Amino acid sequence: MADPLLSVEGVSRGFGGLMAVNGASLSASARRITALIGPNGAGKTTLFSIISGFLKPSAGRVIYDGADVTGEPPYRLARRGIARTFQIVQPFAGLSVRDNILVGAHLRHRRRAAAQTSAEAVGHEVGLDHLLHRPASALTVAGRKRLELARALATEPSLLLLDEVLAGLNPSEINEIVPVIRSLSARGIAIVMIEHVMQAVMSLAEQVFVLAEGRVIAQGSPAQVAGDQRVIEAYLGHGAAAKLGGASAL
Amino acid sequence: MLSAPILISAIVNGLLTGSIYALVALGLTLIYGVLHIINFAHGALLSAALFAAFFAYQKAGIDPYLAVLLLAPAFFGLGYALQCLVIGPASRGDERAMLLVTLGLAVLIENALLYAFRADTRTIDLPYAFKTVDLVFTFVAVPRLISFAVVFVVALALWLLMTLTDTGKAIRAVAKEKLGAELVGIDVTHIYATTFGIGTACVAIAACLLIPTYYANPSAGNAFVLIAFTIVVLGGMGSVPGALIGGLAIGVVESLGGFFFGESLGQAGIFLIFIAVLLIRPRGLFGATA
Amino acid sequence: MKAFLPIVIVVAALAAVPLVVQSNVVLNFLIVALMIALAGQGWNILGGYGGQYSFGHAAFFGTGAYATAILQVHYGVNAWLGFLAGIVAGAAAGAVIGGLAFRAGLRSSYFALVTLAFAEVLRIFASVAPITGAGVGLLVKLDLHPQAFQFRSRAIFYLIILALVAVSLIIAQVMERSRFGAWLVAVRENEDAAMALGVNATAIKIVAMVISAAITAAAGCFYVQYFLFVDAPIGYGAWISIEALLTPIIGGAGTVFGALVGALVVKSIGEGAKFLTGDIPGLDLMTFGAVLVLVIAFAPRGLVGTLLDARASLARRFASSRKTAEGTAHG
Repeated sequence: MADPLLSVEGVSRGFGGLMAVNGASLSASARRITALIGPNGAGKTTLFSIISGFLKPSAGRVIYDGADVTGEPPYRLARRGIARTFQIVQPFAGLSVRDNILVGAHLRHRRRAAAQTSAEAVGHEVGLDHLLHRPASALTVAGRKRLELARALATEPSLLLLDEVLAGLNPSEINEIVPVIRSLSARGIAIVMIEHVMQAVMSLAEQVFVLAEGRVIAQGSPAQVAGDQRVIEAYLGHGAAAKLGGASAL
Repeated sequence: MLSAPILISAIVNGLLTGSIYALVALGLTLIYGVLHIINFAHGALLSAALFAAFFAYQKAGIDPYLAVLLLAPAFFGLGYALQCLVIGPASRGDERAMLLVTLGLAVLIENALLYAFRADTRTIDLPYAFKTVDLVFTFVAVPRLISFAVVFVVALALWLLMTLTDTGKAIRAVAKEKLGAELVGIDVTHIYATTFGIGTACVAIAACLLIPTYYANPSAGNAFVLIAFTIVVLGGMGSVPGALIGGLAIGVVESLGGFFFGESLGQAGIFLIFIAVLLIRPRGLFGATA
Repeated sequence: MKAFLPIVIVVAALAAVPLVVQSNVVLNFLIVALMIALAGQGWNILGGYGGQYSFGHAAFFGTGAYATAILQVHYGVNAWLGFLAGIVAGAAAGAVIGGLAFRAGLRSSYFALVTLAFAEVLRIFASVAPITGAGVGLLVKLDLHPQAFQFRSRAIFYLIILALVAVSLIIAQVMERSRFGAWLVAVRENEDAAMALGVNATAIKIVAMVISAAITAAAGCFYVQYFLFVDAPIGYGAWISIEALLTPIIGGAGTVFGALVGALVVKSIGEGAKFLTGDIPGLDLMTFGAVLVLVIAFAPRGLVGTLLDARASLARRFASSRKTAEGTAHG
């Protein structure tokens, strides 16, 4: 097994006395989908912000493609190949869908024509063809999520951090986007997903990390993690595992 | 040359002038703390209030300190109306739009004053303006002492308003967490307008306190207000103690600075402090993150 | 190439004006309007496209004006070289102010405040420093020869300022179609999202500021050559900060022609107001303030912006009604 593309080692970050992330470690490899789950407030988005350069950790390291990239600014990490989507979607509201994706495409293509071709290809891949000329502000939630994904993809990343990209989607919308994510992974991109939609995540992910109160309390395959008592307790409260009689089908 | 009495006199005068700066800054910081906008029209409103105080004395013979009782409510109403009818609707909550709208109002008000009253400087001759009080180490002009006292009373009144009345609590709620305040039924539009009104009323009171020793002309307010901006940024945007302490401090700095370096450079010095604070520590001494 | 056609047409049309108009009054009006348009286009690059609202663009206008005046008056430098030097000085001022402000992470109101403060500091220094003539200002010696950048005929001044405006239009158009332009607009729309896509927002903003400052400084240099005088209230006064901001906002921030349209409209309104009620000071700026508030309230994208939006939505409606027509035809 090759070295993981991403290796987060013992990362910590506090806000005014509260440790949002406390010595968390995880890894992600190319061609694999890794899930990061955990109850609300566990520190998952904070961890993403640290990996993508929006926050500096107070301790620990982020190793990407063999280099220590801890604390590098987001734009430099994007150039290295790390792309992220935001939990609360952040479209360029005043621009068209195509121009939104164009911004990402320009990272790898200096000239407008080449960037436009790339943007349109990405738009097609993600299923936004027919919406390319509409203003981004006119999209539905599902459309905006796809746009987030398309923009990140246009930067031709090797590591894609998806923050709750399925949140707010109905089951049919989820069924449409899951194959897209699978195909990205098959293409070779390392994907890390924060998700609450358990059924989707457990079927997509090959590796799961569970974060609770800033710490990784369990990791392994979806099946291993689902049966882990500490995970059940983190979600359902102390003693819940005993009440449910040990192993449960999550 | 640098004798103690002269130095003390400069400091005391600085404190007294600073108290009025503090009042102007208080209005500004209150508006920022609640509406999260920098009211660029603050200076023009001060100029308008100075004219109002001037005419109140000149045409109606109303003593400026009594004019406070007339002008404070009048300008509260003006501020309320401006926020409710102009700023709020025109900007629709967009921060960039609010910047431009308050700037537009500033230009409009200042030039309306210029158009109506020309650029001549107007001053009043208050019979007791030059009476002084002997404070042992130094003499202090009566108007300045009265201003200091009035500012103190106003600050106290505002504090009581904020802590004891429902409106005050609503204002603090909106300042802290607008969405939550809305959810518990607070009429945020009304609170915004009220806060803007209070800020404008502070300016009107300051104008009445200033007119005995200062002057009225269309750009008089601007000079004052840029200092107020400095204070607000230094003391921390939205921090009331910051505005008060900062006001007194800047008053002293200006007095000593003007004493040593002359007036113009003293002014430039204040702006340089302003720039330095913005660049190094925008949240000031007491404020929240920018 | 096709994209530059509108610029060519507009500039050609404006260039033909001196052939038709001989009145010095009208030419003077147009020259001043074009100068304001140039200053405004500078603001537009940073404020309209970049979304960073400077309330102190006078800092660049005045630096350009004083640099060219000081070089000519105190050092006998050739006026044309002085003009270039003024633009460079303005760009340098932009680099300093932008570098300080953007590295400190100042945004929105704080950025507006700091630019205002810088302009004020410069104004105060210019009003007391000997090199800028202190309270008296600087008078450039009358020397009506082309090598001194002074001309007997107003029409030549007109063509020069028109040429400068044309260059600024081309700069905006080229920028709109470039990667820099796409990144600058992204920073305006959402700085964090832009950074996540590889945009070095701070660097982009500083570069935009330098370009913006250079263009506005050029307007300042032109002022000195045309009026042969500059002092602190003129060079660094609030009036130019306001007009440089007002014209693109009214005309259409973030569009190629916004500043030009805005300047012509604003200056016409100003003249109209003066004509109707006599030459009382304050009336024109008062009207500008009112117009600014009204534009923000009812047409926030400005004149050109609103037109472009209307055209785009008509185009979409036409395209979708064509689709439905085709659909029913097959249906």
